[in-house]
Amino acid sequence: MYEFDYHRPGTLDAAVKLAGEADAKILAGGHTLIPTLKQRLAAPKLLVDLHAVRELQGVHLKDGQLVIGAMTTHAHVADSALVKAHLPGLAALAAGIGDPHVRHRGTIGGSVANNDPAADYPSAVLALNATIITNKRSIKADDFFKGMFETALAEGEIITHFSFPAGIKSGYAKFPNPASRYALVGVYVAQHGSDARVAVTGAGANGVFRASTLEAALKGNFSAAALEGKSVPADGINSDMHADAAYRAHLIGVMARRAVAAAH
Amino acid sequence: MSATGIGAPVKRREDFRFITGKGQYTADVNRHGQAYAYFLRSPHAHATIDAIDYAEALKMPGVCAIYTGKDLADDKIGGLICGWMIHSKDGSPMKAGAHPALAQGKVRYVGDHVAVIIADTLAEAKDAAEKINVTYGVLPANADTASAMKSAAVHDVAPDNRVYDWHLGDKGATEAAFAKAAHITKLDIVNNRLVPNPMEPRAAVGEYEEGSGVFCLHTTSQNPHVARLVLSAFIGIAPENKLRVIAPDVGGGFGAKIFIYAEETVCVWAAKKVGRPVKWTADRTEAFLADAHGRDHVSHAELALDANNKIIGLRVKTTANLGAYLSTFSSSVPTYLYAPLLSGQYNIPAIYAEVDAVYTNTAPVDAYRGAGRPEATFLVERIIEVAARERGLDPAQFRQMNYITQFPHQTPLIFAYDAGDFNASMVKALELADYKGVGARKADSAARGKLRGVGFSSYIEACGIAPSAAVGSLGAGVGLWESAEVRVNAIGTVEVLTGSHSHGQGHETTFAQLVSDRLGIPIEHVSIVHGDTDKVQMGMGTYGSRSGAVGMSAISKALDKIEAKAKKVAGFVLEAADTDIEFKDGKFTVKGTDKTIDFGSVALQAYIAHKFTGAQLEPGLKEGAFYDPTNFTFPAGVHICEVEIDPDTGVTRIDRWTAVDDFGAVINPMIVEGQVHGGIAQGIGQALLEGAVYDKDGQLLTASYMDYAMPRADDLPNYKLGFTETRCPSNPLGIKGCGEAGAIAAPPAVINAITDALGHENIAMPATPQAVWRAAQHAVMKKAAE
Repeated sequence: MYEFDYHRPGTLDAAVKLAGEADAKILAGGHTLIPTLKQRLAAPKLLVDLHAVRELQGVHLKDGQLVIGAMTTHAHVADSALVKAHLPGLAALAAGIGDPHVRHRGTIGGSVANNDPAADYPSAVLALNATIITNKRSIKADDFFKGMFETALAEGEIITHFSFPAGIKSGYAKFPNPASRYALVGVYVAQHGSDARVAVTGAGANGVFRASTLEAALKGNFSAAALEGKSVPADGINSDMHADAAYRAHLIGVMARRAVAAAH
Repeated sequence: MSATGIGAPVKRREDFRFITGKGQYTADVNRHGQAYAYFLRSPHAHATIDAIDYAEALKMPGVCAIYTGKDLADDKIGGLICGWMIHSKDGSPMKAGAHPALAQGKVRYVGDHVAVIIADTLAEAKDAAEKINVTYGVLPANADTASAMKSAAVHDVAPDNRVYDWHLGDKGATEAAFAKAAHITKLDIVNNRLVPNPMEPRAAVGEYEEGSGVFCLHTTSQNPHVARLVLSAFIGIAPENKLRVIAPDVGGGFGAKIFIYAEETVCVWAAKKVGRPVKWTADRTEAFLADAHGRDHVSHAELALDANNKIIGLRVKTTANLGAYLSTFSSSVPTYLYAPLLSGQYNIPAIYAEVDAVYTNTAPVDAYRGAGRPEATFLVERIIEVAARERGLDPAQFRQMNYITQFPHQTPLIFAYDAGDFNASMVKALELADYKGVGARKADSAARGKLRGVGFSSYIEACGIAPSAAVGSLGAGVGLWESAEVRVNAIGTVEVLTGSHSHGQGHETTFAQLVSDRLGIPIEHVSIVHGDTDKVQMGMGTYGSRSGAVGMSAISKALDKIEAKAKKVAGFVLEAADTDIEFKDGKFTVKGTDKTIDFGSVALQAYIAHKFTGAQLEPGLKEGAFYDPTNFTFPAGVHICEVEIDPDTGVTRIDRWTAVDDFGAVINPMIVEGQVHGGIAQGIGQALLEGAVYDKDGQLLTASYMDYAMPRADDLPNYKLGFTETRCPSNPLGIKGCGEAGAIAAPPAVINAITDALGHENIAMPATPQAVWRAAQHAVMKKAAE
């Protein structure tokens, strides 16, 4: 680890100001950033820890939207009575991230801002058609994810909240990498009226993506049976030593069916 | 049986300090003024070092010194050694390339040691390392076992990368058996490369005391005396009387901490050079890159059967990857720890094995839990299973009809099995596994769209290594006896100094149980001392499941001497001849009388020496013993694995695991069960999850837990364990050993179960979901084609 300055501001304004300084890095749960620092793969001048910014934490219901603060931990989302009642699929996803240590430290904002191609949350944000709210603006999910580890966030821009449509039937199924237990393939399905949105994580060579063939199959018939024999083409799917593109493409179909079956 | 004696499931006495964080590991050792070592490692798998420029690095803050291979050579510090000589078929000695602790002119694997930076803090050492400019001349590299002999030479002494071409067995008799065979089963087998991953990474603190001229090395060793011997006699750090090696609490070894490595050597050497204690603790990446790896065999095997399905011959051709350098005992692993086990539990009249050991641009490969025996067992138990299927025979029955039933049994390959009852273990395992119910369970799985399979492993291993004369004749540079010293204090408490070393095995409990049982004293009165060359005179350490069979036998022998001396003391006190004294339950009694004295009182009398003169008897009560075993021991058993495969994803779930083991006499059944559990977990890890992967340029792709899959609790089933017992006739306690059995037995049981479920044989370890899914697709298509 190289030396850096550490700040723990108590307000969003202070955090935004610090994050705007040269070579500043924002620290949320730290599950990606801290190992990167320890391996000397990053050398920020200062670290802006958001844990003391209370307005970024917690879950509440507002105008039919489930609003989740960016610094809300996975464990909090998993255990939240509001999330369980209004988006049980999202609570189930949060309950399956990492292990208890990870879930009590990792945050939804950190996960989405980092946009790791094997992270769970980006698929939910995309499939549920959530809105990402930052200190500057609101961004639709479809406009947010720009590729592996890339998002629409500007330098120093901080996600403050997520706004999810409440009461949507949705579900998530993950096939974990046997080593890391990150998603080798994760599929989040969500029913929006007669339409469906299907978002895939872990598998895309360009990060999280919507599977249009599966969405089409589910249109008007949100059932596992509607997906029987359906998958996605292997083009654009990741190949690595853990799984090649053909296997991952196959798993997308299997996980999509399981996600629909698990949806509620 | 008392509550703490032999056979009692005594809770491990060491666990309180371990689970409350009170253990004292090498990383917990901190010395006033210590500096930190950081090793600059090669990023290339194979390259010449054309220049190392560290002038700027030396000026960095906090830097005490930077050393390279040249400094070691200038100080006449020798290279690391391989302590077991293997000869090729033509009688020529193995081709051992030089193995300097810091590279001299060439690096041979990613992680090889280029320079050491010693600084006030680790961060400063790392900062300085970034300023070192190494000019490399990159050479073609190879990590692959099978093609090693066609690749660029790793060492000049072995132009074709062949360390030795060795063989064992009667080739002519084996060819004759195959010539008359009614059926021949052939199988290609890869035994995947593993990274040992003890929980505690390696570490070292080197010290030098200028006043006395004594070096001290705290290190994570399974055998501190062997470390001292090698560092002293071969590497030349200091004479043995000026070099103390301490292996304090050690958090797991699995073989990887047997060996004498570069980092530990450099720390103790450098302590004198810089005039400060020098500390190094491996991080996990260093452990992946530079701990000796395990396994990595590529084999072809053929099994010959007669018309009655009796096995009449086995021939095996193996290529074993030993990595870039010969590690301390690496040469013995694919030879004498491997090929002699190819007879398995079976009566095979003729066996012939050939082994080519090769250099590659990978981390050195050496003993890892089981060391050669898992490789042999995997090969034997896979080909036995395949042969049974090809002949349409039940795999259990096919094994039973070929079991060795008479003991002692001389196999065609060195070993004389002294005792066993293989069929008893099979019968018990079949019952515990409800083998009769497999058909119904397969049907139930099929109804749920799943594939169920059952697989056997009827393993035998040779451990309790080993008779010194025997291993000496096979090329070992050391004897493999063990030592013990029993010191009785004046009020009857006891310290036992042992040359065995506990790094998770629970010696502080089992060894104390033996002493408590024999002397009739509370277990709390017994302390076990190990791991310090200044306390224990000499020892050979712990590996090869030898601590019970060999280490405890040495203690038993010392206890015999204690008892004999104590009887003499009691005789003087009770005014009777020592031959009339009986010792039982901690009391000395004159035969046929009620005259009695307890052990503690005898100890006091031994030290106050009021009842006898020095001419009659030496005061004191302390005895030592060296025990050299008369034979290897042969633990054996049957493991049955039942899996259920999800053909949609390829996920293999182990539904049932039955293990029936014959370990001979058992001192602490709870610890033995724990050893079996851990061993099976590692075996399942090898079969389903673990595999070290290098890319074609020799970069280790699986260098962290993000990519190297270790078994976790939810990968493992509940184990159903059973035991049979034939006492080992080759040591006084009847012990065979249990530390490696699970890791040896498990992999073929898993793969046999998976191939049974899939209906075809072609699956490699680790059988990952992708591999199983693909094989399942293949099986489905094959079935459709039929």
